[in-house]
Amino acid sequence: MDLIAEGIAKALALLTSFDPEVLGITLLSLKVSGTATLLSLLVGITSGTLLALAEFPGKRLLMSLVNTGMGLPPVVVGLFVTIFLWRNGPLGFLGILYTPTAMILAQGIIATPIVTGITLASVQNLPANLKLQILALGATRPQLVWILIKEARLPLLAGVMAGFGGVISEVGASIMVGGNIKGYSRVLTTATVMETSRGNFDVAIALSLILLLLCFVINYLLTRIQQRERPR
Amino acid sequence: MKRIFSALLFCAALVLLLAGVMGSSAARAETRDLILATTTSTQDSGLLDELIPLFEKSSGYFVKTIAVGSGQAMAMGTKGEADVLLVHSPAAEEKFMAADSGVHRQLVMHNDFVIVGPPNDPAGIRGETSATAAFKKIAGAGALFLSRGDNSGTHAKEKGVWKATGLTPDGQSWYQQTGLGMGQTLNVAAEKKGYTLADRGTYLALQKTLGLEILVEGDPLLLNVYHVIEVNPGKWPKVNTPGARAFAAFMVAAPTQEIIRSFGVAKFGSPLFFPDAGKPEPSGK
Repeated sequence: MDLIAEGIAKALALLTSFDPEVLGITLLSLKVSGTATLLSLLVGITSGTLLALAEFPGKRLLMSLVNTGMGLPPVVVGLFVTIFLWRNGPLGFLGILYTPTAMILAQGIIATPIVTGITLASVQNLPANLKLQILALGATRPQLVWILIKEARLPLLAGVMAGFGGVISEVGASIMVGGNIKGYSRVLTTATVMETSRGNFDVAIALSLILLLLCFVINYLLTRIQQRERPR
Repeated sequence: MKRIFSALLFCAALVLLLAGVMGSSAARAETRDLILATTTSTQDSGLLDELIPLFEKSSGYFVKTIAVGSGQAMAMGTKGEADVLLVHSPAAEEKFMAADSGVHRQLVMHNDFVIVGPPNDPAGIRGETSATAAFKKIAGAGALFLSRGDNSGTHAKEKGVWKATGLTPDGQSWYQQTGLGMGQTLNVAAEKKGYTLADRGTYLALQKTLGLEILVEGDPLLLNVYHVIEVNPGKWPKVNTPGARAFAAFMVAAPTQEIIRSFGVAKFGSPLFFPDAGKPEPSGK
């Protein structure tokens, strides 16, 4: 118990003193996971909506694949992204292994199926005659898609939270493709792992608390937006 | 239709932007980035946190330290995915050199391995001067032993000691492999009250939270030697040779060796590493 108390004290000390290293690590976590989530929204909402609305052979199979992808293990993503980005690998010419860009890529891959799956479910959950109604009012197809996405925004925001929560808390892929380089690609989760193996449990607890706090603040804001827009 | 078109345009712009970001980091990667693959002990002990900024300041290179076991570090070197290695697994290093994967292997420093365990010492190895005798006693008593199990330098050394005893611990119920780094393995050993082989640097750095004691030390077999190796640019043209050369030169330079000598003295009361640059290769491996 003393250890946890020490950790909390350490977290307060690090937060109130604006320790530049911890601040940098926190901002990088936010930047990497935020960008990855934005990218995954772009890809995930588009493909999720398309998948929900289009009818084609093999649709069920594709949907099962997306749903499986929602549980994609980060270490597996990390391993494959690393192999592809190796200097002598297929994408080695990019030269982005052990950079924050590589971390954004890996996290984007982890978050995309989550966002796609939730988009898919939420668009499919809209009342079936809504689509007919909109078409009957003379909407073009793009207008239809846009209106449906807007109608599904409540569960879609849940998708944003799930995607962001999935990547900001992820450590396996980040440490493999980012390398946990001090002041460059070290984020809250990888720093926590390292401080734990160094036996600095108080710092590790402090970093964990900062991570939890960060997640809470982001989700609080998203929940506020979600609930404000709730149709009454 | 117009909307779809503008959406497509937006996506294209985003892709271009990303490509731009990637491209610029790629251009930088060519010249100034240096990938150092090293063992966990140099990072977990805090030594690299002290040395790397000095090297970066004096040389202008940006060092990407990838702290993995010595085995994985050499695997990265074999594939040309690292520029320079700082490792401590002499037998594997010699194979690495013999396979032409590296050039200019230089002695940097040493410390030693210690056998640590719970203070009540169920196998009764305390004060034993021979590592093999201690391992035999642990096996005889069936006392829990935690192995790294990750092909790191420490794991290689541990396997070497077992080999010298003539015993095969694999598969025994008292012999468990963590597959983790040194720091984490020490934590597991502390929690389970087991024995383990650790490098002195990491043990001293974690000592305060562990509750494990050094039970056997001083056997010449337990010498722990660190070398710096440049990855062979003849095999992998993408290797940053000037950077690797500069880093190796930095590690064996007199001022760096002086920092290594005094590192940790203020915090732990004794040095964690002993500088060795320019000395003859030690024999006890």
